[in-house]
Amino acid sequence: MSMAAEERNIRAPWALTAPALMLFVGVLLIPLAMTVMLSFHDWGQYKGIEPVFILKNWHEIATDPYYAEMFWRTFRIAILTTLLTALLGAPEAYILNRMDGRWKSFFLLVILGPLLISVVARTLGWALLFGGNNGLVNKLLMSLGVMRSPIPFMFTETGMVVALAHVMMPFMVLSVWAALQRLDPQIENAAMSLGAGPVTIIRRIIMPQIMPGVLSGAIIVFSLSASAFATPAIIGGRRLKVAATLAYDEFLNTLNWPLGAAVATLLLVALVLIVVGSNALIERRYAEVFR
Amino acid sequence: MSRNGPLALIFHTIFVVVMVAPIAVVCLVAFTPEGFLSLPTNGFSLRWFRAIANYPEFIHAFWVSLGLGALSSFVALLFAVPAALAIARYRFRGRDALAALFLSPLMIPHVVLGIAFLRFFTSAGLGGSFAALIIAHVIIVFPFALRLTLAAATGMDRTVEMAAVSLGAGGWTLFRRVTLPLILPGVISGWALAFIQSFDDLTMTVFLAAPGTETLPVRMFLYIQDNIDPLVTSVSACVIAVTMTALILLDRFYGLDRVLAGKGDTGR
Repeated sequence: MSMAAEERNIRAPWALTAPALMLFVGVLLIPLAMTVMLSFHDWGQYKGIEPVFILKNWHEIATDPYYAEMFWRTFRIAILTTLLTALLGAPEAYILNRMDGRWKSFFLLVILGPLLISVVARTLGWALLFGGNNGLVNKLLMSLGVMRSPIPFMFTETGMVVALAHVMMPFMVLSVWAALQRLDPQIENAAMSLGAGPVTIIRRIIMPQIMPGVLSGAIIVFSLSASAFATPAIIGGRRLKVAATLAYDEFLNTLNWPLGAAVATLLLVALVLIVVGSNALIERRYAEVFR
Repeated sequence: MSRNGPLALIFHTIFVVVMVAPIAVVCLVAFTPEGFLSLPTNGFSLRWFRAIANYPEFIHAFWVSLGLGALSSFVALLFAVPAALAIARYRFRGRDALAALFLSPLMIPHVVLGIAFLRFFTSAGLGGSFAALIIAHVIIVFPFALRLTLAAATGMDRTVEMAAVSLGAGGWTLFRRVTLPLILPGVISGWALAFIQSFDDLTMTVFLAAPGTETLPVRMFLYIQDNIDPLVTSVSACVIAVTMTALILLDRFYGLDRVLAGKGDTGR
């Protein structure tokens, strides 16, 4: 295709993207707008959904401490999960990167593969490992002398954080791994030849350079954990609610769709603000790395 | 290349064991000969795999998931391939905004998507239908189909196309005989990754599925809510086996590191 032909084809890109664009407007943007509208509708046990514009659901979420507690629990679990994945995933990515070629790709496959394995199956695995006070995890921790008496994992936030961290770990390892690929190994050798010890090298050379990877991994892990459904629903049970499981309950058990829509809208808005905000902060702080 | 010290290797070993343990324990328990959850201590047995045959819901749900994954990934590619070609080749106004829109299903929590689709399809009279599931899954797998196709289209050598044009090929022939074969590895990998995403989705599908259109993850989830017994572990073991097969195929055709690296970046 000559340049002239390409210029004549100014409409070509739009013709090629039009089907997908129409699909996305029709079946993504419109349903999302309908959900936001739904959150302003009224609902009653007997009258069902009434298409009026009221702030009842938003008022209920803002004033009833149940929702504040639930959202705080959701974000607390997401923050702890993010910290756990960063503390364990970053060193693991660094260790992986220093391995020999064949072992490196083998273990990369072992650690990243679970990303594509059913979340239900992975969480079921944790439910089996936790399984009451004489579950395998408790037996192991007690036989290692880490603790004297068993601690409950099922139906607790501790259990949710552990299982979620396992589900999200591949994202963190992947993100730090990508940052490590941009790192010049010669810098490490240069620091060593100038007399820096291993601790200094990690603190002064490695850490600053992989930080953008850790932070962008943290954003992914945080937003996925805060909106996670399967793991909190299976490990947390019916009582320990997070935003996603509460919205599910409102929609499919209580049938109060407007209230469920308000919870979902708030979750979406909060996550978008947090993700966009922290992305902007990271990119400003590490502008030179992203250039 | 510097080596890892003993401490690093101990950390690495524990890390890998913890990563594998939940998946391994599901597969192990699936082979228990007992009637309750336990690690097989007195011999392996296939009784819980045979027991799946007595639960037609699981088998039906498996076929729903398989059909849904295959079909929605294919439909997503019908939309994604032309869009990827446009984004890869043209610099036009609104290009970045379009790309962001097409990748946005990755950013929107699946619980929100599930609610939006439930509301939308119920008011359109399609609530709980297989058609609604297909459309919803097309949206959530679209970013994966687009990314891998886009990578293939961006890296394509266009001189071959120009040669075909100079020999008189045009329009459809050019696409079918030259462009498509060149980007095919990316398209097939995009299909496979999209299939896995669709096959595994619980959070969005749980809002849309009705009895009869329940997918395997939804069926498993609803089963676990009531009770956890060895049956659900043997079903999980089968799901893990299916995913592993798809993974190995992906690795052979395209290289798993490339697929996963593409996936990791999209989370931003």
